[in-house]
Amino acid sequence: MTETIRWTAAETASAIADGKVTAVEVAQAHLDRIEAVDAEVHAYLHVDADGALAAAKAVDDARARGDRLGPLAGVPLALKDVFTTKGVPTTCGSRMLEGWRPPYDATVTRRLKDAGVVILGKTNMDEFAMGSSTENSAYGPTGNPWDTTKVPGGSGGGSAAAIASFQAPLAIGTDTGGSIRQPAALTGTVGVKPTYGGVSRYGLVAFSSSLDQGGPCARTVLDAALLHEAIAGHDPLDSTSIDAPVPNVVEAARSGSVRGMRVGVVKEFAGEGYQAGVLARFAEAVELLRELGAEIVEISCPNFTYAMPAYYLIAPSEASSNLARFDAMRYGLRVGDDGEHSAEEVMSLTREAGFGAEVKRRIMLGTYALSSGYYDAYYGQAQKVRTLITRDFEAAFGQVDVLVSPTTPTTAFPIGERADDPMAMYLADLCTIPSNLAGNAAMSLPCGLADEDGLPVGLQIIAPAMADDRLYRVGAAVEAGYLSRWGAPLLDRAPAL
Amino acid sequence: MSTTSLMSYEDALETYDPVMGLEVHVELGTATKMFCGCSTEFGAAPNSQVCPTCLGMPGALPVVNATAVESAIRIGLALNCSIAEWCRFARKNYFYPDMPKNFQTSQYDEPIAFDGYLDVEVEGKTWRVEIERAHMEEDTGKSLHMGGATGRIHGADYSLLDYNRCGIPLIEIVTKPIEGAGELAPLVAKAYVAELRELIRALGVSEARMELGQMRCDANLSLRPKGREKFGTRSETKNVNSLRSVERAIRFEIQRHATVLSDGGTIVQETRHFHEDDGSTTAGRIKEEAEDYRYFPEPDLVPVAPSREWVEELRGTLPELPSLRRARLQAEWGVNDFEMQSMVNAGVLDVILATIDAGADADAARKWWLGELSRRANERGVEVATLPITPTQVARVAALVKGGELNDKLARQVIDGVLAGEGEPDAVVEARGLKVVSDDSALGAAVDEAIAANAGIADKIRGGKVQAVGALVGAVMKTTRGQADAARVRELILERLGVS
Repeated sequence: MTETIRWTAAETASAIADGKVTAVEVAQAHLDRIEAVDAEVHAYLHVDADGALAAAKAVDDARARGDRLGPLAGVPLALKDVFTTKGVPTTCGSRMLEGWRPPYDATVTRRLKDAGVVILGKTNMDEFAMGSSTENSAYGPTGNPWDTTKVPGGSGGGSAAAIASFQAPLAIGTDTGGSIRQPAALTGTVGVKPTYGGVSRYGLVAFSSSLDQGGPCARTVLDAALLHEAIAGHDPLDSTSIDAPVPNVVEAARSGSVRGMRVGVVKEFAGEGYQAGVLARFAEAVELLRELGAEIVEISCPNFTYAMPAYYLIAPSEASSNLARFDAMRYGLRVGDDGEHSAEEVMSLTREAGFGAEVKRRIMLGTYALSSGYYDAYYGQAQKVRTLITRDFEAAFGQVDVLVSPTTPTTAFPIGERADDPMAMYLADLCTIPSNLAGNAAMSLPCGLADEDGLPVGLQIIAPAMADDRLYRVGAAVEAGYLSRWGAPLLDRAPAL
Repeated sequence: MSTTSLMSYEDALETYDPVMGLEVHVELGTATKMFCGCSTEFGAAPNSQVCPTCLGMPGALPVVNATAVESAIRIGLALNCSIAEWCRFARKNYFYPDMPKNFQTSQYDEPIAFDGYLDVEVEGKTWRVEIERAHMEEDTGKSLHMGGATGRIHGADYSLLDYNRCGIPLIEIVTKPIEGAGELAPLVAKAYVAELRELIRALGVSEARMELGQMRCDANLSLRPKGREKFGTRSETKNVNSLRSVERAIRFEIQRHATVLSDGGTIVQETRHFHEDDGSTTAGRIKEEAEDYRYFPEPDLVPVAPSREWVEELRGTLPELPSLRRARLQAEWGVNDFEMQSMVNAGVLDVILATIDAGADADAARKWWLGELSRRANERGVEVATLPITPTQVARVAALVKGGELNDKLARQVIDGVLAGEGEPDAVVEARGLKVVSDDSALGAAVDEAIAANAGIADKIRGGKVQAVGALVGAVMKTTRGQADAARVRELILERLGVS
């Protein structure tokens, strides 16, 4: 059954639909894989074996009845532990929610269940999605399957590592400043941040409401598209959800082509801080695009320089408010409830004990930035920068169909290296943050290994809001180009676990 | 500070001009909450009307209740406000156990309605109270402090939280500073709140029952020496929950501020609690600086952008304004200002009109609702309109009286029966045997008996002292348990005694 775990999601779904394998067998193969390797990778915080097998059996039963199966029926998936799952622990990587079993399913969770997707468990993440290495998880770091002494990126390091180590063919992540794309880049997988509002946030425990966006993680562009299609679409429970048809991403992924497209290379995403091996692979990717028939245009987005500072005002500001609800009154951790402390003291003691250092740092940053007298200078100013960045994108998309850049300035770094240096850590999201601020769509996919360390490099593709299908059209063409060059998927070169 | 050590009200106003600002919260009577589908029904078991959204569960999101927005716009229009073409909700951040998200979703610098006014009548003069804004927000839950003597948080053994009220839609209506009212300030405040309540009820957006907390008033007051422009430091008396309390709280605060200021002291900017028992206020939490609520636009909601067509459509749904309606009814009924004011204060205009619609004379409808029924409501400590008797039933009682089948005394007993749940007026008459007896043969024996039992009085009447007949009528009424037709009894007695 070892080959089962290496199938793509599309292959797995076909095999189940054709009766070559049962969904229960597929689920069991992945549970066995988790059993075998996750002690080393630590991608999962919670494995729901019973729930997974029951969901798989339901798919097999449906097939036996002759029901028509959906395109992902029976395919296993790893769900980032930031989406609520009814009755199944949801911690957000925080002590604050240790043992909390939500009374309701997130819309994404419900749509996955409705699609017959088999949720294997919940994946590790930086606490409340704040971080770029998954080291901020209260439950210990996740190792990069390419080298488990290296980080898998973050915050969705668990989801990316799970698919890169064949512990699931699909995963769900969330991307607030790059938390899907940066881990995808660091693990040699595909990750997509859909257009803001494309995927419901209902049941996604909020970090920064105006930036958070759930999206697919997969090993191929087509798999990402299939998952994208399953979770996207209007949700009346999320006021910011887009009430318009979902772009046909699956069709785009099946007909990848860049012929005649204009592809913009963002000038600002290069230079100091960028690893030589990353820039070399990116340059090759641009060449590949040219060979595949795209016209390459250099584009300047001057305000992108200010994206990082703006992001570190807006995201912490919203977080300081979003995380205020963790007060020990209704759910989660409660400290100091011994009859000696007032409610306010219990709140304070609980928050002191329940939040990790990075979360506290951002709550303080955000509280300060929103304070009376500072609001205009910080939060207000950051919102203006946000508008300028959106205009830079608009100007760029007036000239080109998509933009490309390296996904991250460097490859995976050693666990512990940046843990005490927040600024160095924040730089990992330099290229991904502008798309969150503008709310457009972006993808990371593998473009090779850096010469100096043999670790994966990600190519970022950015498309205008509501043009998510362009990501898949371009991504599929690039993926096919590399496949013919390499003769095999990049992940085949990863060392065995 | 006790009420006795205060400067007199008159002295206070010799020296100072009061400036008021009134903030009124109205709970909208929508079927569901502001941002989720939970029921808003009052009085349900604690924490039975909650969901992930109003409990602030991780991941849950709000969705705006369109009916609440509609109510807010209608209130704004009725208050002569401009309606925003585009406005946002904002988060008001502070920690409190009965507020699940630890922020209140409210509106900050972009209210749905702004710059309006409400005219109120005080002692025959019209005051224009200017409205700064009306904005939408959500209510908090309730803390119940258990154990301890006072029911307050200090000294309590533990607290319970009920989140049913959490997320109920509120409209907060804020006045601009009300200046120049002088000694009439407490009455202006009371009249404003009363008029606002009438307006809210006429719009049908809330029952606005202050005793249930459906309408709550925070009264800001400051004094400035006469002739000075600059406002003094204000105090904010929270949750003043009846019209009378609004008047008393303002009056007390005028006296308290004046006492402090004339002793050379300074007023501390703080919130204060009003005490119904002695009409005083005491300090709540001190607001040394304006509390920092770190407002910012609510990112989980999209802006509210009511189209001008919709606003105009809603303007078309506004009812006759209460002041205009009162003027019309007063003219139609030909009643004086005092009587009209009594009806308004008792909140009986609607039931009187409904009773008239059900066939009663205007006089009779007014008499029953303002008299007997208002008395019953007072005894029970409820608003008259909430008594378990319908305008149709009152109209039937009035018809029975008009037809001579009941007299007033019997009619009161019928009302007793209806209020006691004994059924429709006719059923009560039947069951209690309350018909007026005007049949001579039935009354004759009682009359004869009364004459025989009161021979002395009968002689006086025969001797020409006709006014003494009342005593005999009373005796007959007594033996017939009030069911006799008193006028007929009088005639029969005089007939028997040969005086007529």
